[in-house]
Amino acid sequence: MSVETGAALPRAREIHGPAAYGGGWRRFWHLTWLIAVTDYRLTYFGSVLGYLWALMRPLLLFGVLYVVFSKFLRFGDTIQYYRDLLLINIVLYTFFSEATGNAVRSVVNRESLVRKMHFPRMVIPLSVVVTSMLNLAANLVAVLVFILIDGVKPRWTWLLIPVVLLLLVAFTAGIAMILSALYVSYRDVQPIWAVFTQLIFYGTPILYVIDTVPSQLQKVLMANPLAALLEQTRKWLIDSGAPGFVQAAGGFPWWLIPVVILVFVCTFGLWLFNHEAPRIAERL
Amino acid sequence: MAELAPPGPVGAGATSGRTVPKRRYAAIEVRDLEKTFRIPRQQVNTFKERALHPFRRARYEELNVLRGITFDVLEGEFFGIVGRNGSGKSTLLKCLAGIYRSDAGSIRVAGRISPFIELGVGFNPDLTARENVVINAVMMGLTPREARARFDQVLEFAELQDFVDLKLKNYSSGMQVRLAFAVMVQSGAEILLIDEVLAVGDAAFQQRCFDEFLRLRDEGRTIVLVTHDMTIVDRFCHRAMLITGGEIETIGAPGQVGARYLERNFEAMSQRSETTQESSVAGASAEIAEIWVENDAGMRVETVPHGQPLHLHARIDVHGRVQEPIVDIWVDDENGARVFATSTRPWPEAPPAEAGQSLHVRVDLDNRLAGGRYHIGCSLLSGSATLAVVALVNRHKPFVVYGSSHVFGLVAIDHELHVDRESSA
Repeated sequence: MSVETGAALPRAREIHGPAAYGGGWRRFWHLTWLIAVTDYRLTYFGSVLGYLWALMRPLLLFGVLYVVFSKFLRFGDTIQYYRDLLLINIVLYTFFSEATGNAVRSVVNRESLVRKMHFPRMVIPLSVVVTSMLNLAANLVAVLVFILIDGVKPRWTWLLIPVVLLLLVAFTAGIAMILSALYVSYRDVQPIWAVFTQLIFYGTPILYVIDTVPSQLQKVLMANPLAALLEQTRKWLIDSGAPGFVQAAGGFPWWLIPVVILVFVCTFGLWLFNHEAPRIAERL
Repeated sequence: MAELAPPGPVGAGATSGRTVPKRRYAAIEVRDLEKTFRIPRQQVNTFKERALHPFRRARYEELNVLRGITFDVLEGEFFGIVGRNGSGKSTLLKCLAGIYRSDAGSIRVAGRISPFIELGVGFNPDLTARENVVINAVMMGLTPREARARFDQVLEFAELQDFVDLKLKNYSSGMQVRLAFAVMVQSGAEILLIDEVLAVGDAAFQQRCFDEFLRLRDEGRTIVLVTHDMTIVDRFCHRAMLITGGEIETIGAPGQVGARYLERNFEAMSQRSETTQESSVAGASAEIAEIWVENDAGMRVETVPHGQPLHLHARIDVHGRVQEPIVDIWVDDENGARVFATSTRPWPEAPPAEAGQSLHVRVDLDNRLAGGRYHIGCSLLSGSATLAVVALVNRHKPFVVYGSSHVFGLVAIDHELHVDRESSA
């Protein structure tokens, strides 16, 4: 107990009510991290196989897709390192769909925190994203081992992958904030988003690569920031001969579209959540 | 909590020995605070509803919960906020804690706030006590390192050292309360906001909470306590505030505010039910026209303070001759038990009451009734041969006695309470 008695007059500060952040950045970060880690542990430590499940989910999906598309449909024959590409794509997509899917209900689920504590609201969707990041990190280790065994040569461009990951996390966080803020007032966000993630799964070059798409469609598909990020990962990580997102999008100025969308989603997500945060407690 | 007897002689009041803190500065400064809830008549919760009725503005009912609240809580003060259910006191606390945003006015706070609005908010039943304590302490503004450092103190206070690694879902509710309270106390915040959470937990733990309150108060922490329980306000608070209908009714000494609160409370109680069971006797030659309670000033009242003179009145209109009239008048408590009754019976030679006469009955008594709700009744009997009921009014006109908060039972007789301690060798 360290209460300074007779200390200098503490500066009075205004209480503005709840906000998206607040209470200092350190507390914000501590809370996000603590909640994320706790959630992560709770999800996997209760089960017998524990953390293995986190690894198994994308691997099982990969196994099914690989057998169906590569063996039955002879789909990936022309694509270099198809299975490595498929695996990394699935891992990245799983991160995106898991984080956004869990974020939708997050604020509503943590109702008691929002209604009974002075709590920086943005911690809630962000901690969901961080939890998925922990999953992603574990999965990426597995991916790395897999592609090295499979014969993909390490290159210096591998060092650029964190940039892609950073942008992916930012994009995911932006969407997570939009969804969780909207869900408070509109409960049908959840089924809509479930359908949307399916759409994104097929609308993003995960099973296929962008070069196999008719060229008019390429520009449309590449407007999706997720597609841009996956294509760039392909170029940097797996196949240096791949077009990369600038070329796939059709050169300047087309490649600006996914960039602008990504920036817009992030800023809009921040703005929207910030705007809604003060009243969330009353709307729940 | 009412069963906890206050320490020392009843009536001595705990005000003695309570040092008023040196007035230094306002720890909490509230100015013209307004809070309105907009309650939608029809909640639009889906896009479909929005799409089908794009132009229908959601209609709201405005609920003005707080109006023009202005007060200061000084540093080191134990400040009580009392009010009836729905008066807005909890909303006020939530505004102070930064959970609700106020619509107008300002709140300024000097120091770190630790709100204690509800028990175990943020507790996760699947985690152990250790993990929960750390998370909770971080929510209250500590760093994880500080939280871990205080962990032992917290458990010691909560007396839960043996259950550190037990998952919280296996805790009893009392244990959870202890843990939550311990975290709050040990978080070291300068300002504590407490919403009557102490109603849970066993008597021994409550006593420890009270001890802790005293300690925190003497340590100079600022505490704002929202409660229904006037005994607590009386025992701990330096000052108290009564909120009625979203406005401040009084701010002042706990005793004064407490009396006002009880008065308000019972006023509402007596208005609530005017159950009058009148039994009129068929073909009666008299009727009890009116029956009422007066205070010492001669005003008709429905609430009377304990300890002051009380006057019961009845007016009986006689329509036909009544031989040897006998008037009974009585007071029943809420359960129908007769607390007091009196009669004119010792005078059988009373002259008959004639038609057209009006009998005015008056009983002057010293109000020794304990706090609660009472009914008065009156009857006129004719005692010439057998006792025949001529007119009767039973359970009429409830009135409420307030005050005498530490005394239970039917009556509050003047008394002194002593506890002598002898230690056996």
